[in-house]
Amino acid sequence: MGKPATFRIWRGGPDGGGFQQYSTSVEEGMVVLDAIHHVQAEQAPDLAVRWNCKAGKCGSCSAEINGMPRLMCMTRLNELDLDAPVTVEPMHTFPVLRDLVTDVSWNFRAKKTIKRFHPRLPDAPDGTWRIQQADVDRVQEFRKCIECFLCQDVCHVLREHHKHDEFIGPRLLVYAAALEMHPLDTEDRVSDLRHRHNIGYCNITTCCRQVCPESITITENAIIPLKERVVDRYFDPIKSLFHIL
Amino acid sequence: MSAPDIVWKDGKFGRTSRRDSWWLSPAAILIGLSVFLIYATWAAWQNGHYTYGPYISPFYSPELFGSSPHALFGPRPGWYPRYLPFSPALLILWIPGLFRLTCYYYRGAYYKSFWADPPACAVGEPRKSYWGERSFPLILQNFHRLFLRLSYIVWGFLVYDAVRAFFFPDGFGVGIGTLVLAVNVILLGGYVFGCHAFRHLIGGTFDRVSEHPFRRRIYQAVSWLNARHMKWAWASLLSVGFADIYVRLCSMGIWHDWRFL
Ligand code: SF4
Ligand code: SF4
Ligand code: FES
Ligand code: FES
Repeated sequence: MGKPATFRIWRGGPDGGGFQQYSTSVEEGMVVLDAIHHVQAEQAPDLAVRWNCKAGKCGSCSAEINGMPRLMCMTRLNELDLDAPVTVEPMHTFPVLRDLVTDVSWNFRAKKTIKRFHPRLPDAPDGTWRIQQADVDRVQEFRKCIECFLCQDVCHVLREHHKHDEFIGPRLLVYAAALEMHPLDTEDRVSDLRHRHNIGYCNITTCCRQVCPESITITENAIIPLKERVVDRYFDPIKSLFHIL
Repeated sequence: MSAPDIVWKDGKFGRTSRRDSWWLSPAAILIGLSVFLIYATWAAWQNGHYTYGPYISPFYSPELFGSSPHALFGPRPGWYPRYLPFSPALLILWIPGLFRLTCYYYRGAYYKSFWADPPACAVGEPRKSYWGERSFPLILQNFHRLFLRLSYIVWGFLVYDAVRAFFFPDGFGVGIGTLVLAVNVILLGGYVFGCHAFRHLIGGTFDRVSEHPFRRRIYQAVSWLNARHMKWAWASLLSVGFADIYVRLCSMGIWHDWRFL
């Protein structure tokens, strides 16, 4: 049997909006996205919400639930305190199109500024390469990214300081790390990371890693190793001079 | 990639829709680090009660110059300016101090706790302007490696101190203090060698780590330590503080070192 629960859902558009409260009945096993669909079906047919897979794999249903960036389809209601209204908002870091739907296209534009994969010449005459598993272990983690952009949403450099013009954000640092650490890649992105993508804006406060639904260790495995590569090039004369650790 | 137009433009300090106790962890870190800083500063200025039998407080080691039998180069040198305060700890404590100050883990933690940048994830900040670690002064954090290299040396001396703590005037022995110093170097080792910069230098720097099988082994071990870096950081901070307290209280006669052997 269902029990009642209340949702405070942000309604509005590019010029602003506000919260509206909806009560609906919820059942065991439901996720926030189900509840939003209930509200949409029963009370607010014009409520805009984006989703596709309902399995945490397409990255479309990103929102902020009780203030934390999360996937609506992967947030079970039994994790939430249903005695108080559950707040559901669109991501704050991107322009609102309508209600819970944001325009995340900035991420794709910013992605184009990262130098593309540039493999070395093929290892075999048939145009293929040979790679050791040990060499791809590290970058495989980064390929789990579903581009939900929750990490971009929570990153205070974008969220609070709106440095979208200068800083590419954690998702794209993960992308740059996947290319830069790839065993076949020959491109050099270190200067861009420092001067163009301003990795120095990241102050390693790890919010991106804490919200990632794919549990990618964004800060420690992607961003810090890239920062260390910037240090190699610009801040550590001793290493190259004396080959020391 | 021009910036998009955003509804939530002017965040206010502390504004958030979070309902959990987001302030709890930054507040605990603020208190923990402040207590340690105050105690360590006080202890470093004491220039007394830092040795007891074969033990020496890790705050005072390596003791370059000083009045204890542990001093490497004898007592306070004549050329040391009279008007400057002297304590063996002041000559050495800046190394682990700056090492921890520039540690990636502590940076992320104190930017939140001490500078509210951000106060917690998805919580509004007090200041609009932001430079990050991109320009002066925080760009200096990039010199963390320098202090890492000095810390290898300091840690080596602490290992020596821990070994010496087995040798009492009446021969080989084990006291509580011996265990305190031994546990301390293990925890400090886990912290220093789980450092992100060390992880990079030992193996992270290679895109094809399989070409360096020996370094790869170490890289894997370091990565294991590194994944728990925060725990090593706190455990070693507590143990280093406690080791100083232990030696100090024994030396003052308040605690009595208990010998097993
Ligand atoms: S760790 Fe860096 S990239 Fe990640 S949220 Fe914090 S500032 Fe942004
Ligand atoms: S790194 Fe994680 S949080 Fe960021 S876009 Fe990819 S899956 Fe989402
Ligand atoms: S609907 Fe695909 S991730 Fe939530
Ligand atoms: S990153 Fe913490 S000690 Fe180097």
